Amino acid sequence: MSGNIHSIETMGLLDGPGIRVVIFMQGCLLRCLFCHNPDTWFEQSNITMTSDEVVNFILKYKNYFVNNGGVTFSGGEPLLQSDFLLETLKKCKQNGIHTCLDTSGVCPIIDEDILDYVDLVIFDIKHIEAEGYFKLTGYSIDKSLAFLSLCQKKSKLMWLRQVIVPGINDNEKYILKLKEFIKPLQNIEKIELLPYHTLGKSKYERLGIDYRLKDIPAMDKDKCQKLEKILLDKIHLI
Amino acid sequence: MQVWDKFKGSLWKKEINVADFIINNYKEYKEDESFLEETTDKTNKVWSKCQELLKKELEKGILDVETNIISGINNYEAGYIDQDNEVIVGLQTDAPLKRIVNLYGGVRMAEDALRDYGYELNTEIKKYFTEYRKSHNNGVFDAYTPDIRKARSAGLLTGLPDAYGRGRIIGDYRRVALYGVDYLINVKANELNNVILDINEDTIRLREEINMQIRALEELKAMAFRYGFDLSKPANNAKEAIQWVYFAYLASVKENNGAAMSLGRTATFLDIYIEKDKEEGLLNEKGAQELIDQFIIKLRLVRHLRTPDYNDLFAGDPTWVTEVLGGMTKDGSSLVTKNTFRYLHTLVNLGPAPEPNMTVLWSEHLPMNFKKYCSKISKLTDALQYESDDLMRPLYGDDYGIACCVSAMTLGKQMQFFGARCNLAKALLYAINGGIDEISGKEVVSGVTKIESEYLNYDEVKASYDIMLSKIAKTYVDAMNIIHYMHDKYAYEAVQMALHDTDVDRLMAFGAAGLSVVADSLSAIKYAKVKPIRNENGIAVDFEIEGDYPKYGNDDDRVDSIAVEIVTDFSNKLKEHKLYRHAIHTLSILTITSNVVYGKKTGSTPDGRKKGVPFAPGANPMHGRDKSGALASLNSVAKIPYKGVCQDGVSNTFSIVPEALGHQKEEQIINLVNIIDGYFKQGAQHLNVNVLNRKMLIDAMDHPDKYPNLTIRVSGYAVNFNRLNKNQQLEVISRTFHEVI
Repeated sequence: MSGNIHSIETMGLLDGPGIRVVIFMQGCLLRCLFCHNPDTWFEQSNITMTSDEVVNFILKYKNYFVNNGGVTFSGGEPLLQSDFLLETLKKCKQNGIHTCLDTSGVCPIIDEDILDYVDLVIFDIKHIEAEGYFKLTGYSIDKSLAFLSLCQKKSKLMWLRQVIVPGINDNEKYILKLKEFIKPLQNIEKIELLPYHTLGKSKYERLGIDYRLKDIPAMDKDKCQKLEKILLDKIHLI
Repeated sequence: MQVWDKFKGSLWKKEINVADFIINNYKEYKEDESFLEETTDKTNKVWSKCQELLKKELEKGILDVETNIISGINNYEAGYIDQDNEVIVGLQTDAPLKRIVNLYGGVRMAEDALRDYGYELNTEIKKYFTEYRKSHNNGVFDAYTPDIRKARSAGLLTGLPDAYGRGRIIGDYRRVALYGVDYLINVKANELNNVILDINEDTIRLREEINMQIRALEELKAMAFRYGFDLSKPANNAKEAIQWVYFAYLASVKENNGAAMSLGRTATFLDIYIEKDKEEGLLNEKGAQELIDQFIIKLRLVRHLRTPDYNDLFAGDPTWVTEVLGGMTKDGSSLVTKNTFRYLHTLVNLGPAPEPNMTVLWSEHLPMNFKKYCSKISKLTDALQYESDDLMRPLYGDDYGIACCVSAMTLGKQMQFFGARCNLAKALLYAINGGIDEISGKEVVSGVTKIESEYLNYDEVKASYDIMLSKIAKTYVDAMNIIHYMHDKYAYEAVQMALHDTDVDRLMAFGAAGLSVVADSLSAIKYAKVKPIRNENGIAVDFEIEGDYPKYGNDDDRVDSIAVEIVTDFSNKLKEHKLYRHAIHTLSILTITSNVVYGKKTGSTPDGRKKGVPFAPGANPMHGRDKSGALASLNSVAKIPYKGVCQDGVSNTFSIVPEALGHQKEEQIINLVNIIDGYFKQGAQHLNVNVLNRKMLIDAMDHPDKYPNLTIRVSGYAVNFNRLNKNQQLEVISRTFHEVI
C-alpha cells in the first residue's frame, strides 16, 4: 500500500524522544491559524511511498535511535491515511523501531488498532474550549476530545503540546484553565508549550494563501517559558 | 629507580613501553564533571598577560621573530611570561610568541615570511644557508621531474611539504617523563653499538640518524637545564611529569616547524602522577587544574613562521597541537580519567581556543557522563572534534595518537611521511580536456586524448578519468618519495625520532580534495545530460546541465557509490608504486581550509559548480546540496571506506543550530551524543561539531571585537574565526547549517 508523503526529515530532534526520522504526511482537515506547514493541508503529494519503502528508509537510520529514538509520523494529519499508517506502523514494530504519532486526533473515523502500534502519542491540544478551538482551527473540538479519551482509555503514553500565540492564549487565565484540563489526565510524560513563530509565512505567499496572523508577532520565548513554569507547577508527570 | 617502585607493572620497567605503564596504573573515571575547579590567581595572572599579547599579535600579524638565531633545541635563552606565577615553564624562544626562523626546510620561504612581516634575516646566517649548506627545498628541486613541476605549478598537487617542515610526526613525549633522558640515550646507544652492525645503505643512514637522535636528547637536557631542571632521570611527581613532557614537546617545536606537530595522548598518562600525588597529600584538585591550565596555556602559545600564502591554504596560524582524549583499552574499559575532564575544562577556564586541537576518541562504550560532558563542551565552545576509537583501535591498538587532524598512528612505533593532496576535481577536467589545464591552457599531463563529444558520455569520461588518475598517481608518488628522501637528509627531526622506537613503521599519507565535486560531476554526467561549453581551443570551460541528478550527501547510493569507487580506485593506483623506506600507503579525504584555494584554482565543473567557487571541505557534501536532513548527509560520508582505503582519515564537518538539537538544554546534550554515537556506528571516522547560528558568524564578520574567542571547527582543526580571511569566512558561512524545518 502507498501513502502520500509531503517530505521526510532524517534528523528530527524536536518531535519525540531521541533522534527521530520524521515522516511528514500529506493532508489535514484543520486550518490552524498558526500552521507553519500549509503545504501539507491537501491530499495530493509529489512523493508516494509504499509502507515497505518507508520502513526501509527508516532502517537506514537505526544506528542513531539509541535512547528511545525512532520514527515520528507527523504532517499534515497522519491519521487521515489510516490504512497506510497502520500497515507501516506494524512493520516498524516488527523491526523494533520506536514509533511516535504526532497528531491533532482529528479524523472522521479513527481506526483504533493504530494506537496499539504507537509507543507515544504527541497530542496537539490546539485549544481547550469549543469556541476557541473552532476559531483557531475551523473545526469542531469534538473529534479532538474523543481522540484524547480514546488514548486515555487505551492508557497510551502521551506528550501534550500547546502552541502559544500572542493575543490568543498567551495569558495566565488560559494557562490555569489548561492546567485544570490536564490535571485529571493519566500517562502524561511531558507537556510542552511551543512559542508561535512566523517562519511559515513565506510558504503562504508561495501557495497564494492568505496569512491570517500577519499582524501577530512571534511569541516571546521567555514569556512562553514563564507560562510553562506556571503550567507545570505541581502537575504530575510520569 | 625509586620513583618506579611507586607504580605497578613490570614489562614497562624492562623495555620502553608507555602503554603498559598506563594500563597497569591508570584509574578510570566514570562520574561527572562536578569535581572540577576554576583557575587559580597564578593562572589568571599568567593568562591575562598572554591575552594582551595575543591581541597585539592579531593586530600585527606576528608579535616578534628572532632573526639572529636559527632554530634548534638549545639555541635560545630561557624565556618566561610571568616567572613568579608560571608553574609550568618553557618557551620556544626567549619571549612569548616570538617566532623562530627555521631554514632547514627552505631559505626562500623563511625569507619571504620575514619580508612580509617587515623583518630581515641576519646576513651572516643567510650566507651559511646559501653558500655553505643546502636546504631540504634545494634538494627536492634538484630531483623533481618535469611532470612533478608541471603538476605542482598547475595546482594539481598542492601543499607539498617541499619548502618547510613536513610535520605529522608525533614524538612519544611521555617517554621523557617516565624514563628520564639518560635511559633513552642508553637504549639508543646500545642499538648503535650492539644491534645495527650489518652495514648497507639502509643501516648507514640509520646509524647516522641514531647518533643525531642521541645528540638531540643531550640538547633536550641542556635546554631544560637553562630553566633549572634536570631531565636525566624520571619525573618524580605530577608537576615534574607535566614539565618533562612539555620540555620534550617544546624541544620538538624549537627544532622543527612541521605543519602539524601533535602532542599525542598525554592526559591519562599524566593523571597517574596526579593521582599518586593526591594520594600522598602533595596535591589537591585546585593544584592539579592549575598545572593543566598552565600546561595548556603553553601549548596555546606555540607558533611557527609562515608566509601569507601558506595562511591562505591553512588559515588562522594553526599548529595542530593535537591531543587525543578518551578511547578504550583492548580489554573494554575506557581510558577516561579525571585528567581527561581537566583538559576539556581548560576550554571553560581559559575560554575557547583552537589549540591544542582536542580530539575525543569516541567509543560506543565510553562512560555516559563523559560523553555528555564532551557534548556540553562542544555546544559551549565548538572546539572539539570526534574520531571513532571503535574503528581505529583494532588497527592501531589502544595507545595511538592523531597527527594533524585525522591521521592515526601508534605512539612511538609509527611515524608518517605527510603528503599534501591531489585535486581530484581538476583531474576530472584534465580527463575531459586531454591533460590541458582549463585555466592556463598549458598541457600538464601528456598522453591523454581530449573528449570531443557534444554531450559527455559517462563511460567515456570514466575511462579517461581512470587513465588520468593512473598518471597522476605516479607523479604524486614520485614527488612524495623525493620530498621525504630529501627531508630525512636535510631536515631530519632528530628529537622527535629519538622518542620513537628505532625500528619504526612508516606511513605515507596521500590526500585528495574535491571528492564531492567529482562524485556529483560524474553523477550529473550519468543521470542528467551534461554539455561542455568549449572555448576556441576546444577546452571545456563551462558545462550546461539538462535535468536533475542524485547528489552526494543525501544517502543515495546511486551517487555515493561513485564517491566510494573514486577513492578506492585512486588508493589502488597509488599502491601500485613503491614507497621510500618501505612506507605503507594511506590516503586522506581532508582539506583543512585549502578547499577555498583549490576551488579558486579550478575551472567550472560538470556538477554545475562555477569556476573559482570553493570546494566543500574534506569529505563533506557540497554546500546546500545535502537536502535530505543531517542524518542523510552523515550517512553519505560514512560510506567512504576507511580501513585499507582512506586509512589516513575521512574528515566531515557538521554544523547545526542549537535550537535544532532539541527544546531543552539537557535534551540537546543527549541528542548530540546520539548523533555522534549513530554516525560512528555507521562506520564513519571523523566528525567536527559546530553548534552555532549563521547569523552570529555574519555578525562576527562585521564586528570581530564582539567575538574575540569565537572558535569554530573547519576541517580537522579549530580556528579562531577572526583569523580567517574574508573568503574563508564567507565559505564557512555558506556551508550547510542543519536547522529546524
